Amino acid sequence: MATQEQISLMSHLMRRAGFGAPRSELEMRVHKGYEATIEELLDPASQDSVDEDLLYRYFPNYEGGMAPNQAQAQWVYRMVNTNRPLEEKMVLFWHQLFATGNSKIDNPPELTQQIAMFRKHALGDFPTLLVELAKNPAMIYWLDNNGNHKGAINENWGRELLELFSMGVGNYSEDDIKEASRAFTGWTIAPKIPRLPLGRFYWDFEYRPEDHDSDAKTFLGMTGEFNGEDIIDIVVKQPATGKFLCRHLYNFFVADEPQIPSWNITPPTDPEAVELLEQTYHDSKYNIAAVLRVLFNSDFFKDSRFKHVKSPAELVVGTVRMAQGLSGPQVGYQSVADECTFQGQELLNPPSVESWHTGEEWIDGGALVRRVNFAAKYFSNTNLPGIRTIIDSLKSLGTLSPSEFLDGCLDLMGILELGSTTYQEFLTHTSEEGNISWETTHDASESERRVGIMLAMISASREYQFA
Amino acid sequence: MTSTKKDPVVVVLQLSGANDPLNTIIPYTNPHYRDNRPKVGIPEDQVIPINDDLGFNPNMGPVQKLYQEGKVAIIHGIGYDNSPRSHFRSMDIWHTCEPEKVGTEGWLGKVIRDLDPTGENVLTGVNFGQGLPRALALRGVPVTSVSDLASYGVLSDVPGINNERDRDRMLDLFSRIYAPTIGTGPVMDYLSHTGRNVLDGADVIRVAPETYSSTIEYADTPIARSLKSVAQVHLANLGTKIFYTQHGSFDTHFNQLPQHTKLWTDVGRAIGDFYSDLREHNASDNLIMVLFTEFGRRVKDNGTGTDHGAGGIAFVIGDQVKGGMYNDYPSLKPADLTQGDLAPNYDFRGFYSSIVDKWLGLDPVPIVGGTFEQLNFV
Repeated sequence: MATQEQISLMSHLMRRAGFGAPRSELEMRVHKGYEATIEELLDPASQDSVDEDLLYRYFPNYEGGMAPNQAQAQWVYRMVNTNRPLEEKMVLFWHQLFATGNSKIDNPPELTQQIAMFRKHALGDFPTLLVELAKNPAMIYWLDNNGNHKGAINENWGRELLELFSMGVGNYSEDDIKEASRAFTGWTIAPKIPRLPLGRFYWDFEYRPEDHDSDAKTFLGMTGEFNGEDIIDIVVKQPATGKFLCRHLYNFFVADEPQIPSWNITPPTDPEAVELLEQTYHDSKYNIAAVLRVLFNSDFFKDSRFKHVKSPAELVVGTVRMAQGLSGPQVGYQSVADECTFQGQELLNPPSVESWHTGEEWIDGGALVRRVNFAAKYFSNTNLPGIRTIIDSLKSLGTLSPSEFLDGCLDLMGILELGSTTYQEFLTHTSEEGNISWETTHDASESERRVGIMLAMISASREYQFA
Repeated sequence: MTSTKKDPVVVVLQLSGANDPLNTIIPYTNPHYRDNRPKVGIPEDQVIPINDDLGFNPNMGPVQKLYQEGKVAIIHGIGYDNSPRSHFRSMDIWHTCEPEKVGTEGWLGKVIRDLDPTGENVLTGVNFGQGLPRALALRGVPVTSVSDLASYGVLSDVPGINNERDRDRMLDLFSRIYAPTIGTGPVMDYLSHTGRNVLDGADVIRVAPETYSSTIEYADTPIARSLKSVAQVHLANLGTKIFYTQHGSFDTHFNQLPQHTKLWTDVGRAIGDFYSDLREHNASDNLIMVLFTEFGRRVKDNGTGTDHGAGGIAFVIGDQVKGGMYNDYPSLKPADLTQGDLAPNYDFRGFYSSIVDKWLGLDPVPIVGGTFEQLNFV
């Protein structure tokens, strides 16, 4: 029989390493074991992937839709229905880190290709991923590497590779940026096939040796006739890269750090934790799964419950999953994708290459109203399968006092922990209506109404904003 | 500046999708217009003339009427160099005043910050629509975004809660659980502050439709509903200085004539009703309405519609506006076109600067990112 602590810990793991899990799933996973669950999460191939045929049979327009909403909906479908939660969560991580926006790309299917590339390399080796990123047509166009020529460099990709994607500000010089840019000359996009008469085609990477500056370069103190892969090779080995990447992983999976632009002057909140991850990064030869194994098994992770403000994607998808508002192919993914946008996270369209501001900065008045109203809408809907399951679980406990009722609801929602003042307010509120009973039809229907309201109010709380 | 003691107010109406300038203010006697628009041109006898060269689209009656009263400024040739002709990119450029790089700070966000530096009134800027347009987005600046005024608020559209008493109790509980609590950390404090601000703002803004009464019957169209909401909040005197809303889609690649007709019929009528409403309440003298779009459309039609262009048209409407036409209508001569499009001759940041400086009395340079030629429509 699973203990409260085991359920609570597993719930924390699934909220962070995935998009949350309902109570029944948590009990199965506790039975399997915490460490064993982590191993399963780190081995996505052991679980079925989303059924692509089914997805495209029902939503054929998702593949080629030039309306961003369709491509967003396709991704939301995967987030909601995945059996590989950590893989999909890492895709979100990479999208937030290697932020590429449709505002310039203007081609949602092409961005979906980039997301698919992240999915393929989600838990793999960082150098491999960086090389794929350097060859990704959307990224090349986004950071103008197609304008980076032998004898006339464009520094955009070279700079952001170092500043935002690997080492972080303060760990390289302007000359390093120029030399890195020189190394990536010739990494471009093949001429695009015109839209007429056959429609749109994906963009392709093309390496043009005649446009590549093959002369010697001096980068981070080393000299050689570096090409792009060589730069990446050097970069991934740097202590700064280990620190920066691991701090990003800490910020995303463990606890909210200060905003990224301040990282070169503000040390990590838990330097030892980041160092441990950094050590693993180097020891494992830059393998993401290895770092995450250490992360999820660590005490600092286990002790960080509710220290992360949910991103809109996490809040929206997590709510839909818990309430089982959507499952498999059905109408509704597009409005869920829109909801992420309205809450401030427009998937596939981060505001700039510096990505969204996370943590507390996800919240403003408008976003808060939407978050609260969205969650309340789902949790008050007693027809949804996830809510019915919660009602049935409560029913099986028989008559409940107000505090048993409140505890029961919190238990089945997470286990969600409320601050003591919040808890008291909830208790006072629900005590006004007395016990929960299921004895008569009238009682049962009253109780169901109260469950809907209670769950909606819990999801409206400040505490629900955290994972 | 306004001539009264009331604070100046700006209503921005975004025409989303790129409104076709050539069929909006029509060079109806220009042979190039006829030659290039065999299928999509507006017949000369339908145009409402302004002068021998230019006239209004026949469906813009209410706007044309305001123009005759001298209350409409038409700004020709507005845009910026090297239009990407991409909706998303171009709209971002209009929202952030950054034609060269991807910007993240909205020009109206900066305006709201300058109007209300301490964020004292969460209703200083109100958007009617879903989500928050980038034009209004600026870190630390609270903006109220309302998708439906009648039901705006925390826990307002929760289908599972269908009685008043339940909802009131829930709102009461919400207010209590968002009360400041000591020792729960800065993020919880921030959430508390934000949540209570929203509650207060919602309480205040809810007054607007309740205290509103008017003889004007707006049409049952989305744009009319938006402008009516603007009127309700403006008339309720809640301190809102910037309103934002949008209508669309003006992206008439296909079947332009019937679509454009409906679009301008709806927009025109809504604007007409809006001004009648405000004038009925003597509340029109401190407000201007600004219409803009992200770029224009090609001179030559594509058979049933038009594709993306460059230079466009903007409008400023208001009782304090010095009506008339500003700038030159871009030339339609083939040699003067850029890639087949009307070449812009006036930077949109000058347009914004005119509003920010002359109407709102703020320093435009940090808001639009430079000094640009202003016009005297206010």
